[in-house]
Amino acid sequence: MDADGGKRDSQTGAAKWYELFSRGARDWLRHDEKIRAAVRDNLPDIIAGADLANEGARTVRVPVRMLEHHHFRLRRADESQGAGQGKAKPGDVFTDPSKEADGEKGPGGREEGEVQLLLEFKIDDIVDWLWEEMQLPNLKARAGPSDATDWTREGWDRRGARSRLDRRRSFKELVKRRGAPGATPNFTDEDLRFRQLARRRQPAVHAVVFFMLDVSGSMSDRDRKLAKTFFFWVVQGLRREYRSLETVFVAHTTEAWEFNEPEFFQVSGSGGTVASTGFNKVRELIDARYNPGRSNIYLFYATDGDNSVSDAADARTALATVTADTCFTGYVEVSSGLSRQLATETGRLFAELQAAGCAAGCYALADFDAVWGAVRHFFSAENEAPAQP
Amino acid sequence: MSEDWQAYVRRIEELAARSGLKFHPVEFEAVPESFMMEIAVYGLPVRMPHWSFGVRYIYQLIQRHMGHSRLFEVVFPGNPGHAYLAQNNGLAENILVTAHVLGHADFSRNNLLFRRCQGQVSERIVEHAANHARQISEAIEAHGAQRVELALDAALALEQHIDVDQSLRRERYPEYASDQKLLVDDTFRKRFAALEQAPGGAAPEARKRAPVPPHPERDLLWFVANYAPEMESWERDIFLAVREESFYFYPVFATQIMNEGWASYWHARLLREADFIPQQAYVDAIKCHSDVVRPIAAESQVALSINPYHLGFSMWEKIIERDGLDAARSIMEQDDDFAFVRNHLTRELAEELELFRYRARNDGQITVLEHDLNALHEAVLAPKYNFGAPIVSAAHVRNDGTLELSHDSATDGRGLDLERSAKVLGYLQRVWRRPIVLTTVNQAGSALELNAP
Repeated sequence: MDADGGKRDSQTGAAKWYELFSRGARDWLRHDEKIRAAVRDNLPDIIAGADLANEGARTVRVPVRMLEHHHFRLRRADESQGAGQGKAKPGDVFTDPSKEADGEKGPGGREEGEVQLLLEFKIDDIVDWLWEEMQLPNLKARAGPSDATDWTREGWDRRGARSRLDRRRSFKELVKRRGAPGATPNFTDEDLRFRQLARRRQPAVHAVVFFMLDVSGSMSDRDRKLAKTFFFWVVQGLRREYRSLETVFVAHTTEAWEFNEPEFFQVSGSGGTVASTGFNKVRELIDARYNPGRSNIYLFYATDGDNSVSDAADARTALATVTADTCFTGYVEVSSGLSRQLATETGRLFAELQAAGCAAGCYALADFDAVWGAVRHFFSAENEAPAQP
Repeated sequence: MSEDWQAYVRRIEELAARSGLKFHPVEFEAVPESFMMEIAVYGLPVRMPHWSFGVRYIYQLIQRHMGHSRLFEVVFPGNPGHAYLAQNNGLAENILVTAHVLGHADFSRNNLLFRRCQGQVSERIVEHAANHARQISEAIEAHGAQRVELALDAALALEQHIDVDQSLRRERYPEYASDQKLLVDDTFRKRFAALEQAPGGAAPEARKRAPVPPHPERDLLWFVANYAPEMESWERDIFLAVREESFYFYPVFATQIMNEGWASYWHARLLREADFIPQQAYVDAIKCHSDVVRPIAAESQVALSINPYHLGFSMWEKIIERDGLDAARSIMEQDDDFAFVRNHLTRELAEELELFRYRARNDGQITVLEHDLNALHEAVLAPKYNFGAPIVSAAHVRNDGTLELSHDSATDGRGLDLERSAKVLGYLQRVWRRPIVLTTVNQAGSALELNAP
């Protein structure tokens, strides 16, 4: 960068440096980077509040304030004096337009309007950061035999399709053969090198996640939203590991149904809770569609924990048949009121399961701030199965 | 750029010279509006990179989108001066701006404060700043963007904390405390001291190390650069580069009312006298002039700030009308805004311009106060005291390298904003690399210490 550069260029007619380069934009990008780093450092808090309302969104919007480069400043005085101009008599009283509602900066205002940014983050990035930040172990995938085959590039050959000709390589061969510099290169067929493809078998990295939600009368809207937020991050986490991830949504009251995603979160039922119906439904779907030997099956179940007393034995057997085939089973107890710390019917059921050495985890989710805690709990539980803090 | 306008530049320059303006040649360059905006944000055509400029840039961009501000010109004093004009200015605007720039050029060549600071910084600040920018990109190459950014965070946070009464290339304090005050030409004492030593022979080496700093030091950028216990040399260079740029900015800041007023006075006058300008261009230019110097936004009755263009313009008109041009020129040469406003903003003028003083409460309620000329002067000048920053000085460096800073809350009237100050200490601590203590006062007025770390 050179102050005279512009002038010199103008004589040659080339574009001036300031038309090609914006320092303002460069420094703005740096600010952006800093703010993203700051967001990243506070990620768990931020995702708890982020709005994940639209289905299938690949980004999250986070409102942030611009960073301030600080200088020494006097503290705000309760009263300050200033000088103004216009038709005003001593004793006149009016309000500062810059402080009026809605903050639209009035023409005579004294303060700079606050600017808020709405940063958009890719969910994939966030999940990557989270995993780095929390140093979560990657899930253990159960690899099955290949379904899909994949072609990868592997080596060169003298024969091949024209479109796979590797010019650089061919030219190298020519140079090697001729040796003498300066000679006019004449390609012969021997010089030509073609890229070769090889068939590679891919291990199956396929996963199915069953989200099972209790939609009985006792589950409030807030409980359901809590469960939804949690499910959302679970999907993101699993998606990170599996190239193909299927989600299955099952809701139950005293009966169980399969739903598609948008409907699933709208459903509200009434009446009692019979968890065994849900487990049976999951079992049924696994048998019908998936081969446990080839897919990694996960089950996450969100409920407020109250299960019909008469269902206890049935639920235990039904759950056992399901967990026989799942890689991991998670139980989230959403209770917006006081947290009962898993001392519920269903809570005990999963505690038994865990005690029996099954890959299962439990978490009591009381508010949105705890969502990340739950995600962390399950994803580290997958490998170590620690007790709930 | 319209060629028409170029044809007028020389004639306006001649007219200005005939009217008694004395200025160094000015190089005019028409640049895209985006670049104008950057110059306004950075304050210099090429300046060091820092993210805080990016924030200002976005504010500026938003302002422009809302139609609040439009930049016609930016001028850099020097020999030659540089003036950048927006490419999309019309002919009339460019004529006006050319005259305006010449007013600035006259001011910056003759005003004492400008001359003194330019004497320090040299008349080629634009090139110097570009050099600093290059120096900093070299530092980024050598030490990484992050380390350089930490140094810049600290240096730019202290950019107002200089002492323009000191030399730009200031010497370090004397190592040793001088013996009893040796007055400048105290030959008697010198001879007496010489006498005393001769007979005794073994005069003990009773030299006392001077404390650092020997007196509270307000030139924080210089002080840190020179006395930080573990600063890298490239970090010192960054501090000194920022300080040099601050020396350049100070006169611009401290004479804004006079300078803009002077330039506005001259563009109006030159325009009136330039009979070679086409009628239509003249009318357009005058319209543009009245937009620039209007005191209050068109749609409101009162403004809670004073347009420096308007205030300065009105004051100069009054002075020249009353005392003539020569008197005005000598005021222009000698004063800065403090002297200018205190001496020449008279009661009549304040009444004529409908200036008033107000008290603003935190809830936004504003009460217009009694007329009081002296208080009005201070209300106008208050944002300009001490380069617009609280008075913070380095008081002492302890044996372990701890830096003691103290805030002069008695002069400033209240304590520092603690949250911000703590952040600044945080920046500074990363280059000072030893603890820092800052004393100020709290809400109730009792002493308070801020510590970093």
